[in-house]
Amino acid sequence: MRGIISAAGYVPHWRLQRSAIGAFHGGRGGPGARAVASYDEDSTTLAVEAARPALADAGPGAVPEVLWFASSSPTYLEKTNATVVHAALRLPRSTAAYDAAGAVRSGVGALRAALDSTVTTVVVTGELRVGMPNGGDESAGGDAGAALVVGDGDGVIAEYLGAASATREFLDRWRSPGELRTKQWEEKFGENNYVALSGQAWTDALSSAGVIAADVTAAIVVGPHSRAVGAVRKKLSVPSGVDIAKQIGSSGAVEAALHLAAQLDVASPGDVLALVALSDGADVVLFRVTDAIVDRRPSRPVQPQIAAGDDSLPYSKYLAWRAVMAPEPPRRPEPARVSASAAGRSVEWKYGFVGSRDRSSGAVHLPPARVSFVGGAVDDMEPIPMSEVLGTVVTLTVDRLAYSPSPPVIFAVVDFDGGGRLPLELTDARPEQVRVGSRVEMTFRRLNTADGIANYFWKGRVIDGPDEGNHP
Amino acid sequence: MSSHGIRDRVAIIGMGCTPFREHWDKGTDDLLIDAATECCESAGIARNDIDAFWFGTAQSAMSGIALAAPLKLVNKPVTRVENYCATGSEALRNACYAVASGAYDSAMAIGVEKVKDSGYQGLNGFPIPNDGTNRTLTAAAMFSLVAPAYAERYGVEPDHLRRVLARIASKNHHNGARNPRALFRREMDVDAICAMPSVAGQLSVMDCAGVADGSAAAIVVRAEDAHRYTDKPLFVKALSFVAGNGSGLLDPDYNYTTFPECVEAGRDAYAQAGITDPRSQLAMAEVHDCFTPTELVLMEDLGLSARGEAWRDIEAGVFDLGGEVAVNPDGGLKSFGHPVGASGLRMMFECWLQLRGEAPEDRRIAHADRGLALTHNLGGYPGEMVSFVGIVGNEHG
Repeated sequence: MRGIISAAGYVPHWRLQRSAIGAFHGGRGGPGARAVASYDEDSTTLAVEAARPALADAGPGAVPEVLWFASSSPTYLEKTNATVVHAALRLPRSTAAYDAAGAVRSGVGALRAALDSTVTTVVVTGELRVGMPNGGDESAGGDAGAALVVGDGDGVIAEYLGAASATREFLDRWRSPGELRTKQWEEKFGENNYVALSGQAWTDALSSAGVIAADVTAAIVVGPHSRAVGAVRKKLSVPSGVDIAKQIGSSGAVEAALHLAAQLDVASPGDVLALVALSDGADVVLFRVTDAIVDRRPSRPVQPQIAAGDDSLPYSKYLAWRAVMAPEPPRRPEPARVSASAAGRSVEWKYGFVGSRDRSSGAVHLPPARVSFVGGAVDDMEPIPMSEVLGTVVTLTVDRLAYSPSPPVIFAVVDFDGGGRLPLELTDARPEQVRVGSRVEMTFRRLNTADGIANYFWKGRVIDGPDEGNHP
Repeated sequence: MSSHGIRDRVAIIGMGCTPFREHWDKGTDDLLIDAATECCESAGIARNDIDAFWFGTAQSAMSGIALAAPLKLVNKPVTRVENYCATGSEALRNACYAVASGAYDSAMAIGVEKVKDSGYQGLNGFPIPNDGTNRTLTAAAMFSLVAPAYAERYGVEPDHLRRVLARIASKNHHNGARNPRALFRREMDVDAICAMPSVAGQLSVMDCAGVADGSAAAIVVRAEDAHRYTDKPLFVKALSFVAGNGSGLLDPDYNYTTFPECVEAGRDAYAQAGITDPRSQLAMAEVHDCFTPTELVLMEDLGLSARGEAWRDIEAGVFDLGGEVAVNPDGGLKSFGHPVGASGLRMMFECWLQLRGEAPEDRRIAHADRGLALTHNLGGYPGEMVSFVGIVGNEHG
């Protein structure tokens, strides 16, 4: 049996209330809020954050042979972004890592490629959705990540039943590389195309899967063309699945995997799920939820992450974070670019957060060392992965002078459970939310960018702030 | 391991120290020429009659040529020295060893830093290519970790400790106000300091050392030759240095209320100098008050206060100009700023003035008659630092 072994979505911590957009521009701005990636997140880190629980849930037996990274907002062109994800997930060197980047359709495309292959594959997606100030995309977009592990065996929680696509060249939405603005042709033109193409793909997919429409428990319709999504949902006349876009905004290439993950959070064995993705064509993928899901529920479900968001983000900060409006940077020297060769030597530490443990004394070294600080043994260390280990704040400070894309810097000395100490930067928190004794988990972030080189490393994120979880 | 020291084998016979300022009109070369010239005049020796030079600068210049060229030294060995914020003291330490070894009859230690040409406030390290995972916190933030840890460990109310720290800054401003070479010459009271907004943790800008350019120099000769140059040489009693191995950053047992590198450098220096009770034997101490919590902890690490008692001693005025042991009688880094290469020698310059009875009346310490003075530098951060402790005396032992 082939299908989805595990699934996870990642919704970043911050929310921008649409009313905050409206207040600035002189309007109402609409109800609700969109998800906003922090200043230190990008499509790659969002994908990593989703992939960590997905791979953990898949279990040690499911080692992907291929990693696909899909995004319409990749950090790098020319250079593969998937290799960063690969490193952060500590995948073996024999695992291939490819980008499917540029188009929104890459997300569902990567999923279809994975389902139609014969090897264990992890599909990761991450997306920063931006737009012009006060524009529809700024308001309707949402940043997120999602990951699906696809493979065979008893661990499959959603069996792949069949799929179909309908493709025709037509111009709906387009954006040039480096541009903020996505332009769109008259909405009804796209809508007509999507309704027609989805009809064809729907029929073909049902027939390839050998099911009828009445068997479908839920149709999950996604796409950046919200009017077309609504029209198709109505036309299918089967129950609609989860609608995460309504809660956090439309997340581009992430949407298909994110909605599937969120649906699997609540699905029951036997459910037949139809994923309908509308983007420059229509793709319909059908799954049947297996009994395995009872014991293999996603460990990091989507809804609690949505509920935990902090919607106090000022619009000005959002604009600065996305470089839509560039405030004057701190009058400090800007960070130097990362040395490729130095980073290359420390891939396991920098990307994988792997320290070392002295075999004789047991002392944990962060970063890894060759010589032990206890006993002085040389080259008697074993690697110790720390990215999934929790820690506790021992002492902390707030640095209002240090260079940061979003000052102030919250900095804490963290002792990890089971040994190891590291002074590290905290993120996704306001200074008053951190205290001595706060519990901390690690999160993969982009510290800064210099000479076009994204500097990735790990930060801490408080998970039990004074107001318990929701506002760390 | 043995640290034998070179007690009483080498003496300082001349010193110079420029005013520490925002020297917009003076470059590195100017500062070096000024300090070296004053130093040579003080010793009555021509610079080309000095046998060898140790030249400390953290990042204003590279190689011995940067001293030889402005001074037009002729065929002289010049060693450029860098050891973080202890760079100036490290130049002196190595010059002393060179003379003690018999390799040279005389040597100059000179340090300089031209900080104000960077275009940024504060001290900014030059970037060494790296993997991008290093901490990028300011030094102020790293040292700000000390205050809450100390308050917690010794049960001092944070607001109370805030005032203790302000009193350290206030004391150093008081001393600096009486020193024409100091950058800041204005007294600051505790309330004014406490009212400043914080920049890092609990610390305000008034808890931080100033930022200035400067240079200072010393000439050392064999002790037996010292009186050929001056009636009042300072004899080197101890020189100690520890480069920490960074384990404080790794070790969950490290608690941010002490700097072990300074404890060890102090212990070693006292042993070399034969000092058993520094609080009653030292006339004064110039310590590395880069931030107020640093001076707090150093009082304990250098044995001038019992553990957990420094905050009381500070409040009681033990380290004031007229106190039991004057600490930073010249105004410290607080009043002088911290031109890295020069600071250690600037501290020694205050010992030179005080132990020779040349400090101005309004800045004289209470117990100069004890005849022993300590200088201390540290560089780096809590958990990972270098530390220097030196002791000089006005009598050959």
